[in-house]
Amino acid sequence: MLTLESVTYRYAGAARPAIHEVSLRLAAADVVGLCGPSESGKTTLCLVASGLAPRTIRGSLDGRVLIDGEDVAGRPMHELVSRVGICFQDPSTQLSGVSSTVYEEVAFGPMNLGLPRAEIVDRTEEALEALRIGDLASRDPNRLSGGQMQLVAIAGLLALRPAHLILDEPTAELDPAGVSLVADAVAQLAAGGVSILIAEQRTDLLARVCHRVAVLSGGRVTLEGPARDVLANPRLKELGVAEPSAVRLRRRVGQAGLDIGRVERALEGATT
Amino acid sequence: MTELHTEGLVHVYRDGAVRALDGVDLRIRTGERLALVGQNGSGKTTLVRHFNGLLRPTAGRVLVGGVDVATMRVAQLARQVGLVFQDPDRQIFSATALSEVEFGPRNLGMPAAEREAAVNDALAAIGLEAEARTNPYDLGGARRKLLAIASVLAMRTPILILDEPTTGQDARGVERVRAVIEAVAAEGRTVIAISHDMRFVAEFFERVVVFLGGRIVLDGPPGEVFAERSWPALASTHLEPPLPAVVGARLGLGPTPTDDALVDALRSTAAGA
Repeated sequence: MLTLESVTYRYAGAARPAIHEVSLRLAAADVVGLCGPSESGKTTLCLVASGLAPRTIRGSLDGRVLIDGEDVAGRPMHELVSRVGICFQDPSTQLSGVSSTVYEEVAFGPMNLGLPRAEIVDRTEEALEALRIGDLASRDPNRLSGGQMQLVAIAGLLALRPAHLILDEPTAELDPAGVSLVADAVAQLAAGGVSILIAEQRTDLLARVCHRVAVLSGGRVTLEGPARDVLANPRLKELGVAEPSAVRLRRRVGQAGLDIGRVERALEGATT
Repeated sequence: MTELHTEGLVHVYRDGAVRALDGVDLRIRTGERLALVGQNGSGKTTLVRHFNGLLRPTAGRVLVGGVDVATMRVAQLARQVGLVFQDPDRQIFSATALSEVEFGPRNLGMPAAEREAAVNDALAAIGLEAEARTNPYDLGGARRKLLAIASVLAMRTPILILDEPTTGQDARGVERVRAVIEAVAAEGRTVIAISHDMRFVAEFFERVVVFLGGRIVLDGPPGEVFAERSWPALASTHLEPPLPAVVGARLGLGPTPTDDALVDALRSTAAGA
């Protein structure tokens, strides 16, 4: 269980808090989506939920962040990283910079945990397999395309087998196939009990993988609930969030006064 | 006229692992709005880097306005082709948004009055006029990316190339990008964008070129490229047509790459019934 209790976070020197009285709960196997316009606090929320802020990014936090019932403020960082994984939008900031192959890069985390060799190999191969990037194993991670690099960064996280995973716009650099791989990996990890918080502009992806969705606006949670309801909420557009393709298509057809039943039946086949 | 043209373009990166471009013949007419799509690593970014002379062909030729890029000087090419990188941080280096946007026009030797107009127009086009004195690194990532677009826009090149302009943008940011593309196209300039967002591609571009392994596999208007008969080729590149194209095909309506096209097609069948 990953819990935020009325969390307010203000960066050092900032006039206003970046997030304001945010409460969220992620139980095991929960996938919660986070959307909202740029600079609405999504990344800050991810940093706070992972325990990285205020620990490594100066600022003041009110409220509490609890991982499995324990306040993150009291836990050492090396323990946190094996329980909560966080992935950022830009993969080049995420890679270790010391690995000469993708295989070594993915193995970097488990090696740092001091695990037995056989387990390092198992975890590395499993993570490469989950994102179907085994064919990149011998490539130089610094010479991959942005999308391939992002998949390597995510694989590196998976190899740590965290109980909670925080993904901050993980698909920003990915092609549709990469987005699908991430979506599949999210579903598979959640089925295995991992709780996942995913910040995304792509509401089509959120519609596909999330159980619940929260919309941030000016640092506050302005909408929250089951993904299906939140993503069809007519306020979404005014909040600066793109409607999922299916929601927008339904609205357009409805507004044109056309028979929605026909379209619904076609949509049913198209989105499954 | 600033036509862009490649003949048998091949590019192999120095490590020799990948043939990033494997014989590309492409002719882009002046004023065209063209989207380049395909998987990560399929050669799209490599191709556009040839258009502004950042790379040299391993084989084949690139011609801008009929002139071989290999014979052009960097400054000469910079007047013709503006390229906005996918990652703004590879491009931004000035202390304020204003000086960032001024840099290109100044380097091109644009006269002061024209330069001022170009810079102001560019900042206004992406909605950053109020942030002219702001340090680019105090802008969020999405606005920094818009700033990178403005800095190339201000050079008023006949050809504008955008590498994944909508990634990381929220709904309003995408709207800004769309407005920039329409304004540039309305002036008869060429806009080329690389994108993974098929909805964006279908709605705002008149021609879609699909890459797979450094080769062109589909080339046509969105209605054609996203039509059912193209799905197997699209699937080979792991691309999915936009949702209205799928719905239209299921309903037997012909090509409906956008919501608007689908609504029109539904309307005409309703009227005919």
